[in-house]
This record gives sequence, C-alpha cells and structure tokens, in this order.
Amino acid sequence: MSSQPTDPFGAIGQNREIEQDEYTPGIEPQATWCPGCGDFGVLKALKGAMAELGRDPEEILLATGIGCSGKLNSYFSSYGFHTIHGRSLPVARAAKLANPDLEVVAAGGDGDGYGIGGNHFMHTARENHDMTYIVFNNEIFGLTKGQTSPTSPKGHKSKTQPHGSAKDPIRPLSLALTSGASYVARTAAVNPNQAKEIITEAVEHDGFAHIDFLTQCPTWNKDAKQYVPYTDIQDSDEYDFDVTDRREASEAMYEAENALYEGEVLTGRFFKDDRPSYGQEKRAVGEMPEQPLAERYFDDDHEWERSYDLLDRHK
Amino acid sequence: MTEQELVWRIAGGSGDGIDSTSQNFAKALMRSGLSVFTHRHYPSRIRGGHTYVEVRAKSEPVKSRGDGYNFLLALGDSFARNPQEEAYYGEEEIKPLTENLDDLREGGIIVYDEGLIEDEDVEDLQERADEEGWHVYPLDLRGMAREHGREVMRNTAGVGATCALLDIELDPFIDLMSEGMGGEILEQNIDILRKARDQVAEMEQDHDLQIPEGSHDEDQVLVSGSTGIAYGALDEGCRFIAGYPMTPWTDVFTIMSQNLPEVGGISEQVEDEIAAAALALGASHAGAKAMSGSSGGGFALMSEPLGLAEMTETPVVLVEAMRAGPSTGMPTKPEQADLEHVLYTSQGDSHRVVFAPGNAAEAYDQARKAFQIAYDYQIPAIVLYDQKLSGELRNVDESHFDREPNPSLGATLTEEDIPDAPHHASGKFQRFLHDPENGVSPRTIPGQKGGRFLATGNEHTPEGHISEDPHNRVMQVNRRERKLGAIREDLDGRERTNQTYHGPEDADYGIVTFGSQQGTVEEAVDRLNEAGHSVKSLGVSDLMPYPEGDVEAFLESVDECLVVEMNSSAQFRGLTQKELGRFGEKLSSLLKYNGNPFEPGEIVEGFETSINGGELPGEETTYLPAAGD
Repeated sequence: MSSQPTDPFGAIGQNREIEQDEYTPGIEPQATWCPGCGDFGVLKALKGAMAELGRDPEEILLATGIGCSGKLNSYFSSYGFHTIHGRSLPVARAAKLANPDLEVVAAGGDGDGYGIGGNHFMHTARENHDMTYIVFNNEIFGLTKGQTSPTSPKGHKSKTQPHGSAKDPIRPLSLALTSGASYVARTAAVNPNQAKEIITEAVEHDGFAHIDFLTQCPTWNKDAKQYVPYTDIQDSDEYDFDVTDRREASEAMYEAENALYEGEVLTGRFFKDDRPSYGQEKRAVGEMPEQPLAERYFDDDHEWERSYDLLDRHK
Repeated sequence: MTEQELVWRIAGGSGDGIDSTSQNFAKALMRSGLSVFTHRHYPSRIRGGHTYVEVRAKSEPVKSRGDGYNFLLALGDSFARNPQEEAYYGEEEIKPLTENLDDLREGGIIVYDEGLIEDEDVEDLQERADEEGWHVYPLDLRGMAREHGREVMRNTAGVGATCALLDIELDPFIDLMSEGMGGEILEQNIDILRKARDQVAEMEQDHDLQIPEGSHDEDQVLVSGSTGIAYGALDEGCRFIAGYPMTPWTDVFTIMSQNLPEVGGISEQVEDEIAAAALALGASHAGAKAMSGSSGGGFALMSEPLGLAEMTETPVVLVEAMRAGPSTGMPTKPEQADLEHVLYTSQGDSHRVVFAPGNAAEAYDQARKAFQIAYDYQIPAIVLYDQKLSGELRNVDESHFDREPNPSLGATLTEEDIPDAPHHASGKFQRFLHDPENGVSPRTIPGQKGGRFLATGNEHTPEGHISEDPHNRVMQVNRRERKLGAIREDLDGRERTNQTYHGPEDADYGIVTFGSQQGTVEEAVDRLNEAGHSVKSLGVSDLMPYPEGDVEAFLESVDECLVVEMNSSAQFRGLTQKELGRFGEKLSSLLKYNGNPFEPGEIVEGFETSINGGELPGEETTYLPAAGD
C-alpha cells in the first residue's frame, strides 16, 4: 500500500474563524438582481451560515443552475460551478462522491429544480447525498421575463399562459419527502434570521437537505407580494407536529403548500430523518473508497492498478 | 479442397447460451495456437429471436468476419414456441438452420439439432445440400443433453459434435469449462461433451473441412473493443464512470462497473444520460479522472453537458457506441451513421476531440489517448465506435497491455504551484488566461488553498466572471480554438499514429475507411492485390481534429479512392471533402446500412465496380460514384 499522502487540499477541514466578507468576491461584479429581489436574502443567509460554521471559502463547492438564482456563485466567492439549466444536482453530487470532504451546495430556481431538473431532484433526494440544495422559489420565470413556472398558482396569467395556467402547481416539499430527502425546510428571504439558521442546519445535516427558499420577484411576480406575514411553524401553537414523523410531516407539508396560495406563508423545518447518506451506503457495500478519490491523484506514491493484471480471464 | 480457415457459426435463440459457448470455442482455438475473430448477430429481445455468432479461425492473423461460413451448428430456437402467433413465430424455430443458409460455402458442414428442428420443415434441404456439396449431420443434441445432464446443455453437445467432425482436441474445452463452472453442472457438461464427441466420431463422415493448425509467437488474450476501451480508461487512472444502460454502450459501462470497486473507483448508474454526462463533469471538476458514454439516443441527451465541458474546459472522456438509427433504429445492429452527430452536436462554435479505433487493440490505445488529450488540453474527448467493434472478440498479444499507468490530471496545478500561477490585481487566481502558449490555462481543484474560481457555461473573463465584453469574447474564443491546432500537432508528433496503412505504398488505387471497418478493408486489399489489382488502404482513426496531412498525402498518391463506411449518407466522405476542400472527383463511396457489417468480399466487389463500372451484384451495399463520374 502507498504511504499517507501529504494533504493536497489545504483549505479543507481548517475550522478557522471566518469573516463573512471572505465570501465576497475581490472584484465584485455588478449584481444582475433587481432592487428588492429575494435572491439577495439567500446570498446573505448563505454567507452568514457558512461563516458561523467556519467553512473556508475554498472547501466549498457551490454549483448552480441557470436563471437569476444561478448567479449566486457569481456573488459568493468559493469554488463554483455555474452549470446548465436544471443540471446543478448531478454535477454537485458527483463532486461530493469524488471528494466527500468538500462542502457541496447546489442552488437554482423553481423552474430549474422542479421543472427541467425535476428528474435529478427526485433522484438526488432518493440517493440522499450529503449536500444542501437551495431552491429559489419565486413562482415565476424571472430572467426570461415572467412566464408561468412549475410553482405558479393555478390560474396565473402570463404571456405564455394568456388565459391563466390550467395546471395545479407542483408541491415541492411533498416531492422532496416522497423522493427521499432527509431534511426538508421552507424559508423566505424576508425572514433572514430563520433563513440563516435553516441553511446552517441544512449544511450540518448528513444527508440531502432541501430548502424551498421563497424569494420574492418584485419585477415579474408582483402578485405574490413579499411573502409576509410569515409564520414559523415551529413557533406557532397552531402547528404542532413531529418533524421526524413522516406521516405528520407529510400532512404539515400539504397544508403549507396549500396555504401559500391562500396568502399564508408557513415556513420552518418540515422533516428531518437520520438515515445514512449515500456516501455511507455506498461505502458499506464496498463501491466507494474510504479515502477521498480526488486525493489519490496527488499522491505520488500511490500504486495504480493496471489492466495487465486483469488479463487472466482473457487467456 | 481443404479450406485454410474455419468459419464456425453457432445459431440458436437468445438465451440458448450462444454467446458463452462461442466465447469458449474462440478461446479454446486461440489457446490451440490459432488466430480468431468473432462476429455476433443478435436481436433486441431477452429470450428467443434468432441469434448467431461466427468464430473465424486461421493460422494467420484474422482481422475481419469472413465471407459467409463453412460450418453451421444450428441449435434451433428453444424459445420460439408460440403457436398462437404463427405470423411472427412460425418460422422462428428453424431459423437457426434456414437463415442465411445461402451463405454456407460449398462443401460446408451442417450440424443441426434434430431434437428441435424437423428436417421436413426445411424446404429442399437435401436437394440444396447435394447441389452445394454440403455435408449434413442431423443429431439429437437435445436428447444427448437430456440423457447425460440437462436439456440446456445441448450447446455443449453441439461443441462435442464439432470437435468430432473437425478432429479438435477436447482438453482446451474441458479446461475452460472447469474454469467457469463446478460441481454437478461441470461433470454433466464434460460427460455430454465426451459422449457427443464419441457418438459423432463413430458416424460415417464424408467432408474435407479440417481445423487449420497454428501457433502464436507470444501469449494471447481474447478481447473485445469494449474491453479495450475500458482497460485503456483504467490504465489512464479513470476511476469514475456514470452511465445509463443502452445497447451497445452497456458493455463498456458493465466492464468498468465490475472492475472499479476493486480498484477504489466509483461507478454510478443514474437517472438519465444528461445526468450521466453531468456527473462525469462534476467528478472531473473535483479532481478525478472521469468518463461517461452512451449510444445514439443517449448521446443526444449529452449534447448540452458536452457543450458545458467545452466552455468550462472541464476534461472528460465520453464514448459513443453507434447502432443503426435514426431514433431507436435497430438497437443491436451496427452502423456508422452517428459520425456527424458526434462531430457537431451541441450549440455554438463548439470543439471536441474524436477518436474512432479500428480494432480492439486500437480501442485500448485510443481510449488512453482520449484521456491524455482530454486532461492535457481540458477538452472533451470522444471515443466513437459501434456495435460491431463493441462485441467482436479477437486475439491480441498480451504484451500489448503491458504498459505503465498514467494517472496524471494533465494541466492541473498543485496547491504549491498556485502562488506562482497568474493572478489578477485583486489577488484572484486566473483560471482562463487569454494567451497561454498552447491555449491551455491550468486549472485548480476545489479544496486547494488560493485556487478558487467560477467555472461557468457563460462566456467569462480570465478570472471566470461572466462577461459579454467583445474583446474578452474574441480572446477566449480564439484561445479555445487554438487548442485544436496544438492537439493536431501533438497527435502528429507521436510515435504511434492513429492512421493505419495497409498494402503496397506505390499502389495506384486507394480505399479509405474509418473506425471498425478497418480490418475488413485490409483483408479486401490483400485479396485485390492477390487478384492483380494495385490497391492500398488507409484506416483513419482520429477524426477531430481531422488528420489533414495524413489523408491528403494518401489521396494525392492514388489515382482514385473508394471510401467505405456503414451509413447511407457517406458522412466520412463528406467530412473528408469538407476538411480538405478538394478530391471530390477522386472519391467514390461504398456504403452499407442494412444492419450487418461489411464482408471482405463485398468490398472486393465494390472496388471492382468502382474501377470497371457496372452494377453491384446485390442490394446489400450501395455504390456512389465520384463527383463528375
């Protein structure tokens, strides 16, 4: 066997004091988000959470999709991968498999995650990768100027649905739950303290953590107001349920999803489960190395196996 | 007359063990010193449906399937038994005996399982046998198998009969069976093999066909094109694959998935091919050597991640196993019609490197080269092959695989390198410099201190920021394009080129092909020269960046040239004319797109038609004259 390599990834696992502005790009690009956009709230909450957790900017990989939300890693300085529409999750989860020591966060909009990338959302949740997925839910396609999205309310009128959408909106929390996500929460940009707490919990959670993040779109979705007033279901006497109980969680989600379209914004933690992450499961069956794969390529002493040694079966 | 080669066809239904039996047969002959080559034909069904494999064996190297066959072992299709569906299944049971019977050579041998096939069902069998000089041996293979073991072992009985008729030693077969099974199953199989051999040996035999004799100068291994690709990937340090099953790409995916856990690698079967390609990018971005792949329809889904790899300059290797299209096409039949799809798919001025190996050994070499180019130049590299190369087995020198592994990540910085790498005045690492020498700007890996950058599918500045600045745009486009020139130079400068020449250098005529038809073309060239023609061939194996110098020199040296490819639209000829901008009046085409690969004889006929004019003898192939002819 090879000797222990010198650590090729010095930014990983330092647990040092981090100032929030370490995540601010040196040359800060002019944000493309409109004044009053909820996306600023996600950026702020993410910076706050990562600083609180002492995550070095260079041990974080932030993978995003396409849309206003996809610009998140333009304004959050870490390692970043701005992918293509709907595909942040497969890129992100493979990075986690190749190097489980990375703090992997994926982010995108509701069209990106629940529409074009819906298949990946379902399967990434099912596999329960140890990562965080933030979906900027503004119930609209913003960057393409206001078309109906998978979370737009039924009857929502837009240039592409001039008579109003005939479709019921998708139920993102329920979808995450039935697909297998082990942490499901909803927060809102207008609730910065809760947002930061929830992102902190999600990052710390050992499994797939899905955050449906309500981000008001002041330009294209004026109808959706500002997601105020909001209720934190953990603080409300009206909603008493056990977040570790799948049935109770399911009911609470259903209610919260309905309530949103009736003007009541229910936020908070909806589900938390401690089932093993995909990495743990995959190691348990012997299909994933104990040491991060990415480290091996920097270990000059590693003895790489050769196909020449597999040839007996071909003789 | 005694033939110099054996082309043994074993035919039955899917599920009758045709594949495993033929593989052992080929291996046993290889061990006995012969060169072997297999040709597989199977339907897209789990059970039933006519399947056959031909094992061609000679003392000299074999590069291709033969013209027809000279020994038929017809097992009968044991799964074709649906009397309610006469229209579909009526003839199916006897198909292993009747299908392509015209291709059985004069003087050939037929062994059929009379336990399953009634000879009165086969029209004029005896009459045709008399005409063609065939030697027919009806044997109750099913009965023998039942008597000494189980009915499914009738393939073993068939092998025993073959050994008796061709005077082949049983020992290599017994050795191979012992390696693959044990206990009662093994004992029964050995028993059946011996009993069948003994029973047939006592029968009256009147054929001349014999097994040729041969010997190898060095140890041989029996490998397929898919094995070559997978082993090349492993030796380049590829330890991550993501995929979704699709015929025929599944072979490479399976071989990798079976080997990766043993070497600390990771295989992921995922929800679709978009995800598969995106996973390969994610793993590569995080510092692993990664690959994905698919066949036509699945590869179509990879178009967008492919473009993302080009734009973000994330190294990745994809493989594309062609099958007959369009759409679902003919899933288990080979074709070379995805050439343009693979060269040009994905939006914008996009660039990738494409290799098309001509045989199993080249599949290994070029899979390795694909990884080297992908990681050295941060560009997607594609290995384009097809259902034919994927599954055909041939013997290769064992020493061909005796090479050093190369786990290098190519143009990648270590953490120690980063402080000395170019940085913006703001202190930011510059991942995408405007003007590195060969266009390649080294990357960092997430987790490294001081190397953070944004990889984005948007156009971007040297620091990775999204930008639509016109000057930056032109600089970045030019730099990415510049890599192709550097790659061409790199490939041309290597000792082992990707082009394969065959035949006399000063020949008057040429045949050009790409990918898997190479061996068949070479055999045709040999026959044509023996028949007094003056012909040489060029098998092109690196398609993008196009090897202009090699092809130009070859075409200039001949009077006329026939381009051989398995598609209907002459895509490779079109590519050659586009890249070289001339030779239109020199290039004629021989095309085949009926789902079967060329036989050498068809290329001989096609060549003669191109020289002498006239019509091709059948509709299996199509001739397209040169411009102006």
